[in-house]
Amino acid sequence: MLRYAVKRLLGTLPTLLVIITVAFFMMRLAPGGPFDKERRLPAEVEANLMKAYHLDEPLVQQYLRYLGNILRGDFGPSFQYKDFSVNELIWGGFPTSLYLGGVAILIATVLGVVSGTVAALRQNTGTDYSVMAGAMTGIAIPNFVMAPVLTLVFGLWLRWLPVGGWGSAWTQAILPIVALCLPQVAAIARLTRGSMIEVLRSNYVRTARAKGLPERITILRHALKAAMLPVVSYLGPAVAGIITGSVVIEQIFGIPGIGRYFVQAALNRDYTLVMGIVIFYGVLIILFNLAVDLIYSLLDPKVRYD
Amino acid sequence: MTEIAVTAGAEEFKGRSLWADAGRRLLRNRAAVGSAILLAGIALAAAFAPYLSPHPYDEVYWDLISAPPDVMSAHLFGTDQNGRDLFVRTLYGGRTSLTIGILATLVSLAIGVAWGAAAGFLGGRVDAVLMRTVDVLYALPFLFFVILLTVVFGRNILLIYVGVGAVSWLDMARIVRGQAISLKRKEFVEAAVAGGVSAFNIVRRHIIPNTLGPVVVYITLTVPHVILTESFISFLGLGVQEPDTSWGVLISEGARSMETAWWALVFPAVFLAATLFCFNFIGDGLRDALDPKDR
Repeated sequence: MLRYAVKRLLGTLPTLLVIITVAFFMMRLAPGGPFDKERRLPAEVEANLMKAYHLDEPLVQQYLRYLGNILRGDFGPSFQYKDFSVNELIWGGFPTSLYLGGVAILIATVLGVVSGTVAALRQNTGTDYSVMAGAMTGIAIPNFVMAPVLTLVFGLWLRWLPVGGWGSAWTQAILPIVALCLPQVAAIARLTRGSMIEVLRSNYVRTARAKGLPERITILRHALKAAMLPVVSYLGPAVAGIITGSVVIEQIFGIPGIGRYFVQAALNRDYTLVMGIVIFYGVLIILFNLAVDLIYSLLDPKVRYD
Repeated sequence: MTEIAVTAGAEEFKGRSLWADAGRRLLRNRAAVGSAILLAGIALAAAFAPYLSPHPYDEVYWDLISAPPDVMSAHLFGTDQNGRDLFVRTLYGGRTSLTIGILATLVSLAIGVAWGAAAGFLGGRVDAVLMRTVDVLYALPFLFFVILLTVVFGRNILLIYVGVGAVSWLDMARIVRGQAISLKRKEFVEAAVAGGVSAFNIVRRHIIPNTLGPVVVYITLTVPHVILTESFISFLGLGVQEPDTSWGVLISEGARSMETAWWALVFPAVFLAATLFCFNFIGDGLRDALDPKDR
């Protein structure tokens, strides 16, 4: 198990290198630089700025310098937010993004598994059809549509929830979290229903029922465990979805997390901040996928990693 | 996935082809048929947009800023903050979204099928290298790279979406590879190998046509995925630029003015959601129709 974990961890290194390399060179290919302003800077000032940020060096040298800095955990200074380093900006926004994403993934898992299981137990009834119709809606309506529509209905028409703001009241977090988790609730519900239906047809569930176990125990202790396996392996993509979703959700609701910086930084050619965020999220997604694989091997005795 | 090929043989024995059988099953699926009809309607309306409304898509009506929907003046969906007709703009947005969806899917189809078929059929070291590449790319935070692409290609929308296609072929490659591996052991491929047909021709004549079932299903799921990506990027203000428009742009503009003009948000949102719904239902229907396990 430990050997497998170490092996997998080493296996992520090429992926990481690709992420860093692609992010670095794509940012440099982009037309325009971080110091392009309405008013042109005097040539000497610009030359000094380029020198201070090592932008005057050959590209390969800049790349190697960047790699070296990353190894030391230093993402460099932000071009746009002059007084902040990229590390400070990322760590400053991370607790907010983590809170938002963490609650969303938690709700998505619980709600998705419960509704999927209910739908599977009442297969081909009205309950099943309405859960699946709801899930289809959640999958078809993207969160950047869901967010303004929810705001329109619950914020402006019904006036139940605050429309924007962050941090001064817990109700402000409801709409962003709901908008963020709905597509994942839908995906997990569909997945759970499918695998639950298959598990309920299996021999050992029939055995459990035949020997007279209460339905509750058959489902909770025997069926659910096996039915959860595809859900566990879906958690990796789900987290990636929540992270990318948070970019737009943070933008819409004006939430001070990492995602909000990203679009602005891409538009302003803030090289270091964009690369920093891409690499940070890339690492996060890779580590989470690794964790999911390890948990999977613990849950499924048929999977043995050596 | 082997079942499909196996059933194909069995069906032929009874004198019914797999595709005719699947077609019959698909036609019985009311959700899929309804979706196909609705989708065709949206596509036709988008294609013939200039003939459906008396208003040009970029004409500014200064006396009708954010006017509500009105049948008399033929502003069926009202006008936007700049006084432009929303009905015709929504249809033009549909043109952009659908074109991009289909274009990018074709790109991903071409790369994915070739890559997967080569990996699956040639096997060995080629397979290892090709699929390891897919694994590495798979772990990249996809949407972040699409945003980077939009920064690199700036205002060239076409290139951006060729780029989207170029990064969304990974699933296709995996699916086709799996199919190719199981097909490789079939007698007709062995016969072709024994007959001295070149590897390239075997892949082209025997492997690729037989992977069509799952590929078709996957195409109907890639198109909405690409449309969604395009809308996402345009929503963030990074994609399609004025006066051109797409559903993502319209939704983003509508979201900004929804307090005073709900119609600017609701109509484009309904069109986008309906299109995504239709593709998903058709994809589900096709999968059920082609997957004999679920009968």
